[in-house]
This record gives sequence, C-alpha cells and structure tokens, in this order.
Amino acid sequence: MEDLLEIRFHGRGGQGAVTAANILADAAVREGKYAQAFPHFGAERRGAPVVAFARISTKPIEVHSRIERPDIVVVLDSMLFELVDVTSGLKRGGILVANSKRNPGIEGDYKVYCVDATGIAMRKGLVVSGWPVVNTVMLGALSKATGIVSLDSLAEVISSRFPEDVAKRNIDAMKSAAESVHTC
Amino acid sequence: MPVKVLTGNHAVAEAVRLSRVKVIAAYPITPQTTIMEKLSEMADKGVLDARVLRVESEHSALAAAYAAASAGARAFTATSSHGLLYMHEVVWWAAGSRIPLVMAVVTRAIGPPWNIHVDHQDIMDQRDTGWIIGIAQENQEVLDMTIQAFRISEDPRVYLPVMIGLDGFILSHTSAPVDIPSQDEVDAWLPPRRQPYVITPESKIVMGNISDDDEHFMMRYSMHVAMNEAKRVIKEVDESYGKTFGRSYGGLLECYKCEDADYAILLAGSWAGDAKTAVEMLRSEGYKVGVIRIRFIRPWPREELLEIASRLKGIIVFDRAVSMGSTGILLGEVSSTLYSTKISIRGTIAGLTGVDVGPEAFYTQAKEFIEKVEQQGHVYEPLHWLLPPRYRRRGKPGKIERAEVVM
Repeated sequence: MEDLLEIRFHGRGGQGAVTAANILADAAVREGKYAQAFPHFGAERRGAPVVAFARISTKPIEVHSRIERPDIVVVLDSMLFELVDVTSGLKRGGILVANSKRNPGIEGDYKVYCVDATGIAMRKGLVVSGWPVVNTVMLGALSKATGIVSLDSLAEVISSRFPEDVAKRNIDAMKSAAESVHTC
Repeated sequence: MPVKVLTGNHAVAEAVRLSRVKVIAAYPITPQTTIMEKLSEMADKGVLDARVLRVESEHSALAAAYAAASAGARAFTATSSHGLLYMHEVVWWAAGSRIPLVMAVVTRAIGPPWNIHVDHQDIMDQRDTGWIIGIAQENQEVLDMTIQAFRISEDPRVYLPVMIGLDGFILSHTSAPVDIPSQDEVDAWLPPRRQPYVITPESKIVMGNISDDDEHFMMRYSMHVAMNEAKRVIKEVDESYGKTFGRSYGGLLECYKCEDADYAILLAGSWAGDAKTAVEMLRSEGYKVGVIRIRFIRPWPREELLEIASRLKGIIVFDRAVSMGSTGILLGEVSSTLYSTKISIRGTIAGLTGVDVGPEAFYTQAKEFIEKVEQQGHVYEPLHWLLPPRYRRRGKPGKIERAEVVM
C-alpha cells in the first residue's frame, strides 16, 4: 500500500456518501492504519450531487487541506456521469469504481471497475423511502477492486453501527458486490 | 483505551462526558451544533449526568453556563463565529468574575457575506477578554485539551475560564482516530471542582455592583498575574496528562523539528499539519525548517518563543485572522515578542474565510522567504497577503502579479 491514499466519493445528498467515507476510515483504523473521512464542507441538500473524502495511510495523517488529486474515485449514482466531471483531478493510472452495469464512457489512463450496485441494493432490500441505498454495496466493490480494506473489517464496522438485521442485509449486499464487480 | 473514529465535535462531547460536566447550555450554530446534539443524546441515554439547557441565544447560553458555574457546577458551552460575537459581553463577565468554565469554539469565518467555513477571526477576537485560549491541531488533541481545560481552569493559581478552539469542518466534521480514556482514568486524574467562591441564596457575595476604581484596577491586575501563573499550570497539566495518558503536546507551544532548524513556520490550528508536511518537502531539499505551533494564544508563550527564536535565522508567520489596518494577529504578537532580536520575520495572511491552504503553499512561501533571508541577511516583512489562487497573477489594475501582495 502507498503511504497515503486519497479517495473521493461522488453521490447525491441522502445516498450515504459521507457514511461510506466514514465506514471506510473506521475499517482502515481497525486494521491498524490511519485514516480521515470528511464531507464536502457546505450545506448539502437531498438529491443534489455531493462529494465526500477519505484518506488512508500507514502513517499518522497530518495534512488537512482538500483532496485535489485523488488516487481513487467511487461514484454511487450512475446518473452523475452526465452531470459531474467525476475524473477531475484523478491521478493517472488511478482507479474509478462506478455504480454502473457497463463503462459509463470514462476515457483516459484510469482503471475502471463496474458494479450494478443499484440492482444489488434492490435485490437485497436496501431501500429507504423508495431509494436504493448503495453506499455499503459500493464499499464491497471498492474493497475487492483495490484491497485497501478487507471485507471483514468493513463488516465489523457495519455490525457496530447498524441494528443486527440492517447490518446483515448490508453485509450480504456488500459481499455480493465484491463477487460481481468487474473491470469495464 | 479504545480507539474510535470520531469527528472533532464528538471528541469534544466525549471529553465533556468524561469530565463529568453537570450543566451544559448552548444555542445551535454551524459548525458547532453537533457538539450539543451529541451531548443531548448522551444526557438522554443516561450516559451523561448533566442538565442540558436549551436557551434562546448564545448570550443566554454563556450567561446560563456562567451562572451555573458561579453556583458551583462544572459547566460547559460551545459556539462558533456569530454566536461567539453575540455572547461577547458575557465572555468578559465570566473571566472578570474569575469563574472556572470551559467553552469550545468551533472556529468559523465572520460575515458578511454568510460563510460557514474556517478561519480564526472569531476566536482571535476574544484574545483580550481574560480567557485562556487554546487551539488544537487534531481530533485527539481536541479531546485531550478539553479534559485538560477543566483542570487548568479550576486550578487555584488560575481560576480563569478556558476556551478550546477547533477548526470548523476541518476538525469539527472530519472523522479521525481518537483514543478515548476510560472514566476511571479521567476520574483519577481530574480533581473535584474547585472555584474561588460559590454563590448561593445565603452567600454574602455580589458580582457586578459598582466598585471602587482602585479595587477594580487590582482585579484586572490579578487576572494578568493569574494568566502568567497559567503558563506554568498549562505546562504542568500537559506533563501530568502525558504521564497518565501517554500524550503530551509541549505546553503552550509545540516545536516540530526545531532541534536543528534554521527557520520555522509559525501558526496555530489544523493547518499546522499541512505545514509539517511542507517541512518534510523542504527538508528533502536540504532546508532546515521546523514548525512552531502555537497551542495557546493566551497566555502568550513569550518566554518559549524567545528561547526558540534565539536559535533561528527567520520565522514565517501564517495568520488566519487579521486586525484590519494593522497586521495578522499572530504576527503582531511575534513581532512584539522578538523586537529586540535580529531574527528575520515575515507575516503572511492566508486561509481567511475558508480558503484552502495546503502543503504546496507553505512549501512555496517558506522557500521564497528563506532564499530572501539568505540573500539579504535580514528581512522584516509584516504584511504579505496570500490571495486565493484564482485572484493571483491576473495582471489587472492593482498589479496583483505575484502569488501575494506585499504592503
């Protein structure tokens, strides 16, 4: 693992991008690494495009400025590709994990992974107020695609944060995503 | 001791819980609000045995906390920016009455225009009030400094209220690992509350009626004496905390890689972490640079700074707050402390109103300053403005053609 990995999540307000960043950081800390997670610092509205960030390192993280050049980008909403430049600042050779059945038209020197997170969330009953909740699903895909944290650590965090039945559904969906994520 | 991933605001709440605070009063304001939300949740669940008072304004929030503290309760409040300005009158009352009390200030820019992002204008605006004022760099330090604040404030040599600053969003809403001490450990380390007097319906003490001018003068003088005593107490408390909990921070200031340094970047708050990252970049090129991180702006670490500066050629100060018509706040303090030395000083105002400043900016600015001192021998430049990136090099009227404006 690199000394410092910087990750940016794209989602919509209410989809759980900030929670995903937090769960990722928590999982990394449980593995003895250092981590930070933070939202975009502003007023956010349900449904509007949002971003959240995480840093993971083998050393204590002292830097507090914004992440401008992420190593990894995770996109929770397949409709965002038309609205937001999701590869903005993504390092050459960087990794993009997309909630999409096929490559959403990403060009450039990136490794692109796809997972039908919406489909998995619907099948596994991860629906709140009619919205599929894909954040833990995408973390499963991220874990498999990058290996930055293990599925076990993610499952441990999810179990500690949610009631048992909710946690079980999320872990199940996360594992399903890890099995089906593929390069695209 | 479990390590948990916590936001800075939740680290404050954990510290308040562990310090067994009895009365909490606050009014919501971004980015402070989640401190009060967490404390209310703790009280509701019964893990915190405290009265949580919802009041109608920040002026009342501090008035309530101050009143509870005067009556003998360990009390706490928290605010940000406009909330802090609104309570400013009571900030003076609490310190002038010598009532131990702790307040978290989640630092945030002041409007207009409306802005919820970080700078230090709000907390620096309190510097003459008689409060002890600390500013943390990391979430772990936020927790540690808050617990320490109660012991410092309630030390009979001090008896002054303490403000703990944590940077809005950059710490308050950022999750990072925090080692949370056990209740038993904190109980053993933090003594029961002490205070100079307790106001009860029976007590024969009044605070706030008209006094003799000479007596009032001597009360002011005694506050200053207590501030000076606080320098020693803050160091003692930091060392004692280190012995018990394994973490100490250097007292009034932290000197990072100062041992062999010729130059230092001086600043306060979370961006000190970015400056430390810049120091690694500079050192890889052979520049011997350290970071002087001011942990307490009151009492001001005058003696420590003089001692460190005697070994340095130059200090570049980064201010996240400015006294309009004068200089950055820290630059003014540093200049008056070091006026009789031959050290080179530059003051750079940056990162106001939430404008991001990362390692690259510290690297570039420090390197340019060092090169200039090495060439010229002595430099005193109190006023550089590091403008936001898109306002640099525009070549428009005003001739802003460089990264900064020199005045």
